Amino acid sequence: MTNSIHDMGGMHGFGPVEAEANEPVFHEPWEGRVLAMQRAMGFTRLWTIDGGRASIENLPPLIYLAASYYEKWFRGLERRVVAHGLVGDDEIAAGRSLRPGIRLNRKMTAEDAKAARSASFERPAPGPARFVEGERVRTVNINPTTHTRLPRYARGKTGTVEAIRGCHVFPDSAAIGAGDNPQWLYTVVFSARELWGDEADPTVTLSIEAFEPYLAPA
Amino acid sequence: MAADDHHPHDHDHASELSEMQLRVRALETILTEKGYVEPAALDQIVENVETKIGPHIGARIVARAWVDPEFKRRLLADATAAVNSLVGFDPVASHLIAVENTPRLHHIVVCTLCSCYPWSVLGLPPVWYKSAPYRSRAVIDPKGVLAEFGVSLPPETEIRIWDSTAETRFLVLPMRPAGTEGWSEEQLAALVTRDSMVGTGLATSPTETAR
Repeated sequence: MTNSIHDMGGMHGFGPVEAEANEPVFHEPWEGRVLAMQRAMGFTRLWTIDGGRASIENLPPLIYLAASYYEKWFRGLERRVVAHGLVGDDEIAAGRSLRPGIRLNRKMTAEDAKAARSASFERPAPGPARFVEGERVRTVNINPTTHTRLPRYARGKTGTVEAIRGCHVFPDSAAIGAGDNPQWLYTVVFSARELWGDEADPTVTLSIEAFEPYLAPA
Repeated sequence: MAADDHHPHDHDHASELSEMQLRVRALETILTEKGYVEPAALDQIVENVETKIGPHIGARIVARAWVDPEFKRRLLADATAAVNSLVGFDPVASHLIAVENTPRLHHIVVCTLCSCYPWSVLGLPPVWYKSAPYRSRAVIDPKGVLAEFGVSLPPETEIRIWDSTAETRFLVLPMRPAGTEGWSEEQLAALVTRDSMVGTGLATSPTETAR
C-alpha cells in the first residue's frame, strides 16, 4: 500500500521530538534478536529489502502507530515468513516448529555475518539518463496500491535535478517481485514553498531521491 | 504523545514486553528448528551492531576532513570511495553522500517513509530518528525541530532537508568549532556528536567541553 500511515512527511499532531540521552543500541535484548532475524532472513534472498519495507507499511494503521519500531519489524517478518510458505500459521500459534523446513538456497553462517558486507543496489544502466543536472522536472501524481518511494507530499511538484546518482534497483518493481527493473536515480530539490505553499519559510529547500519514472519534464 | 516508538519512560509496560520477549523467542525457535537461521549468526549480527558500528566512525571521518582539505574534497565528491580509501576503516555502504554545513547552509537528514540511516558510519538510528514526530515534522517545520534539539541558526543560514527515499545515505559534515586550531584528529573527533552528523545538532565547542 502506498497511501498508508508510514508516509508521514508533513503530518501534524505527533507532538515534539523527544531525544533520549545516552540511548542504548537496544532497549531490550529481543530487539537485537529481531534485527538479527530480519538480516539473516534477508540473506536468503527470498524477498527484497523493498518487499520487507512493504510488509511493514501494510500493517494496519492502528498497529503501525501503537507498535514500537522493532515490534513493527517483528510483525512484518512474521507476516513474511508465513506469506512465503516458510512457516505455518499453526506453528506461529504453537510457538514451535511442527514440520521440517523447506530447503533454502542461501543460509547465513556466523562467518557470513562477520564479513557483514552491505549490498549494493546499483545496476548497469539499460539506457542513458533522461534528465540532466540543472533540469526542471515535475514529479508525477501517482497513487499505486503497491509500494513506492515517492512520498505523497512530493507528488505533482516542480523541482530541479541537482545530481544524478547512478542506476539502481527500482523499489516499486522489486517490492512486488517484478525484478530489479533498474532506473536512473536523481536528487531533486524543491523549495519549501513549492511543497507547502506560500506561507512556508523561503530559506528552506528539500530534496528527495527520485527514480526516473517519478519524473516528467517541467 | 508519540506512539511510534517506546520512550524510556514508557518501559513500564512489563506485561507487553514479556509478551514480545516470548513471541520473539518463539519465532527464533521456529526459524532455527526449521533450519532457516543459525543462532550463532544471529549472535554475530547483534555483536556487529552493538560493538563494531557507531557514530565513532563518522566522527573520525569528520575529524579527518577538518584537518585534511584534500580528503575533504574527495569526501564531498564521493564519500564511499573517500572513506574506503582510508586505512583502518571497514568498508562503508555504497552510495554514501557527504554534505557540508557552512555559515550559509545547514543540512538535515530524515527518512519520512521509514528509517533509512547511514548505519556503516553512524550505527543504528536512535529512537527519535525513527519516531513519528521527527519523520512528520523535519520536512515541514525544520526550525521547530531544531529548536527542540536546542539548535538555533543565524537568520541568514538557509536550511536544506534531505529525505532519504532511496538507498543513498547521507552524512552531514558539521562545521569545525572555533578555538580548535592545532587540535589533533583524535581531539577533534571527540567534539563530533552523532546529532551533528544528522544535522539536528552542531559539533561541540571547546568551551562547552570545558564546562
